Amino acid sequence: MSDPKNTFSLDGHEVPVTAGQTILQAAEASGSWIPTLCHHPEFEPHGSCRVCTVKLNGRTVSACTTPVRAGDVVELDTEELKGLRQNLVQFLFTEGNHFCPSCEQSGDCRLQAVGYALGVTGGHYNPLFPSRRVDASHPDVLLELNRCILCELCVRASAQVDKKDIFALSGRGIDKQLVVNAESGRLADTNLALSDKALSVCPVGAILKKRQGFLVPIGKRTYDERSIRERDLDRAKEDPQ
Amino acid sequence: MSDPICRDLSDILRRHHQDPTRLIQILHDVMAVEGWISKTTITELSRALGLPRGQVEGVVGFYSFFLPEPSGQFRVLFSDNITDEHQGSRALLRTLAEALEVEPGQVRADGRVKIGLTSCTGLCDQGPALLVKGRAIGRLTPERLSVIAGLIESNTPIEQWPPDLFHVESHFWRRDLLLSTPCDPGAAMRALEARGSAATMAELGRSDLRGRGGAGFNTAAKWTACAAAPGPERYIVCNADEGEPGTFKDRELLAHYAHQVIEGMTIAARLVSAQRGFLYLRAEYQFLIAPLLAAFAERRSQGLLGPNILGISGFDFDIELHLGAGAYVCGEESALLESLEGKRGIPRNRPPYPVTHGYLNKPTVLNNVETFLAAAQIALHGAEWFCAVGTPKSRGTKILSVAGDVERPGTYEFPFGTTIRAILDEAGAKGVQAVQVSGPAGMLLSASELDRKLAFEDVPSAGSVMAFDQSRDLLGVTQNFVRFFAHESCGFCTPCRVGTTLNRQRMDRIVSGHGTRHDVEDLESVARLMRASSHCGLGHFAANPVVDLLRKFRPKVDRRLASLEVLPSFDLDAALGPARELTGRDDAGAHLSEEGP
Repeated sequence: MSDPKNTFSLDGHEVPVTAGQTILQAAEASGSWIPTLCHHPEFEPHGSCRVCTVKLNGRTVSACTTPVRAGDVVELDTEELKGLRQNLVQFLFTEGNHFCPSCEQSGDCRLQAVGYALGVTGGHYNPLFPSRRVDASHPDVLLELNRCILCELCVRASAQVDKKDIFALSGRGIDKQLVVNAESGRLADTNLALSDKALSVCPVGAILKKRQGFLVPIGKRTYDERSIRERDLDRAKEDPQ
Repeated sequence: MSDPICRDLSDILRRHHQDPTRLIQILHDVMAVEGWISKTTITELSRALGLPRGQVEGVVGFYSFFLPEPSGQFRVLFSDNITDEHQGSRALLRTLAEALEVEPGQVRADGRVKIGLTSCTGLCDQGPALLVKGRAIGRLTPERLSVIAGLIESNTPIEQWPPDLFHVESHFWRRDLLLSTPCDPGAAMRALEARGSAATMAELGRSDLRGRGGAGFNTAAKWTACAAAPGPERYIVCNADEGEPGTFKDRELLAHYAHQVIEGMTIAARLVSAQRGFLYLRAEYQFLIAPLLAAFAERRSQGLLGPNILGISGFDFDIELHLGAGAYVCGEESALLESLEGKRGIPRNRPPYPVTHGYLNKPTVLNNVETFLAAAQIALHGAEWFCAVGTPKSRGTKILSVAGDVERPGTYEFPFGTTIRAILDEAGAKGVQAVQVSGPAGMLLSASELDRKLAFEDVPSAGSVMAFDQSRDLLGVTQNFVRFFAHESCGFCTPCRVGTTLNRQRMDRIVSGHGTRHDVEDLESVARLMRASSHCGLGHFAANPVVDLLRKFRPKVDRRLASLEVLPSFDLDAALGPARELTGRDDAGAHLSEEGP
């Protein structure tokens, strides 16, 4: 049916591609889900979590940043790549302090949902148990860095949409951390507002609006009713890029 | 606003034209005046430069040379490369710490001194080495350390320390094609003008010169692509950030062949029509700043740099020196460009590539020191001259830093195709157990592989060759390399940020005799993941030392694994440390022995 000149191969199926599309965009448009954590359709692709890693013509690349062209061969759901993505999610659980049963964000958390979707049943590596800051200084917002996965979505949202640059990154390597734009280092001393885009993009429970954590009961939350796969694909259908 | 610190800050800002792309240079100047960078300084700088405060804080937090808290009047950092370690750097560190009565890693109570470790300082041919207030001192001995201790104790300003301490020796042991053929200042540029730009680019293409920084990309293809990229502004950047542990040949080239390097940059500028260039020098080589600036000035006075070069109207090109600040990842070209723009050195997503979107997103040629030097020689002597040596896929010669267990550590130029054995023989290596080529990100070769050849198609090298004799513990070598990568990972992508730390933990356990088969399996899976999914070359290659160790020296690893069937994944006795500290106890009863009571 499809014109071979305008398709690429995705796990053996010919999938249409339009000029300038990334692998992720083309795959989602065709109804194939690729897990992502640092990606948000409203922002420039970032490519830092690597959970969307696929093989393009035999080479591993991040699907969110890499353009695809007609005739390309993309591997997505091979055993090797599924194992790799599970491993990456385990890395993130190992790196931070993630205690899903007691986390306000449980059920609304992309990291948790991607973990379930990929069949991650345990962290495998001994947790690093880092000592990280909790900033409860702001009257309406809690900054819980134990759960931060360093996706930089809040950094990007605050810079590009809110034009406030409230969040930034400091440190390097495993000591990299989110910092806020105040000499005191406290969120209360920034010009953060409840309407800021930066408050709505966190894929985990690192940036939380206070007094709202349990308004929606467990069992009725974002990924309790529909899987992350279905939700992401619905969103892609509503907002084709 | 009249206190002296504020005046210094505004002086510094004025000197750098309040240009935010010069943030790293500005922070160097602040460090020189204040010794650290305070929260209020960060706020002041962000206001003056029009940058978000968090961004300035992030830059300070990224680079090892910038200190967000007071770290003593004299900060002493011992080079932690494996060759320094083998030459006794750890014992020397303890000697100095004892002489100064200071705990390593802590500022002495009077604020005078702090002693610690840093990544390789590029003095492996004259180690062990250290940096004090950023200035390099090599050939450390207990005697020299006692002089240093005395100078610190007497609070002698570093400018008044005996110059001999800071003398950097030069050890060229073998010169071949590039280093033995004279190239007088301006000669290669005149040859270019005589031959014409198009013909010179073609000559460079025929020479098949490949980048000497490691990746081996075809130089003429890079320059041609940059020349063809749209837009009026173009840049030439020389990568002199050699941070690969064990490498120091660029230090020697910049000290003794600076004119040829600059000439190569100027030729590139002529061929791609660039007007501005940068030389990005690693912060550990501050002793090269003055001679390099002098070389720039000399060439300006000779009409070889600046406006109307060689008297040709419109041939304008000048070079600025830009100092790095202690981040190995900035040797990666796109991270270097970010750093050059005054940002954290995070490698960019590619495509687009620097040839079209480089410095400030403008077309940029970025090459290694040695590549520019070779390009100048090719412009002068032609492709045929260059191709007379080497192999069909690796033309010309390679300049190497040879260090470790050899009699004559130093700089060597060898034709491509030379065997590793011949290189080691010439340097006087005896009883070789293994050799690390191209630094920790390169290859660990066993003694049975020494007939392999130095070439892009066999054993490629960005410059470093480190030999280890039979007395060396290869697990300790790998541990050192793994520690290096954990320290230098930029932290952008998950696999490298987490994987380098997981590898470090596992190597530490194995080397200390607490490792199990499970740790080895983890090392293998982490290595696979890092290679397959990391964002940049640092992450792709950071597990190479582990992979090579397990593949080539597995029995050595297995022998070190603990024989106990069940073993806690942590050190039980060390876990009691905080309890001992709290209770003030350190008697036998406050310790657990592995054998049990």
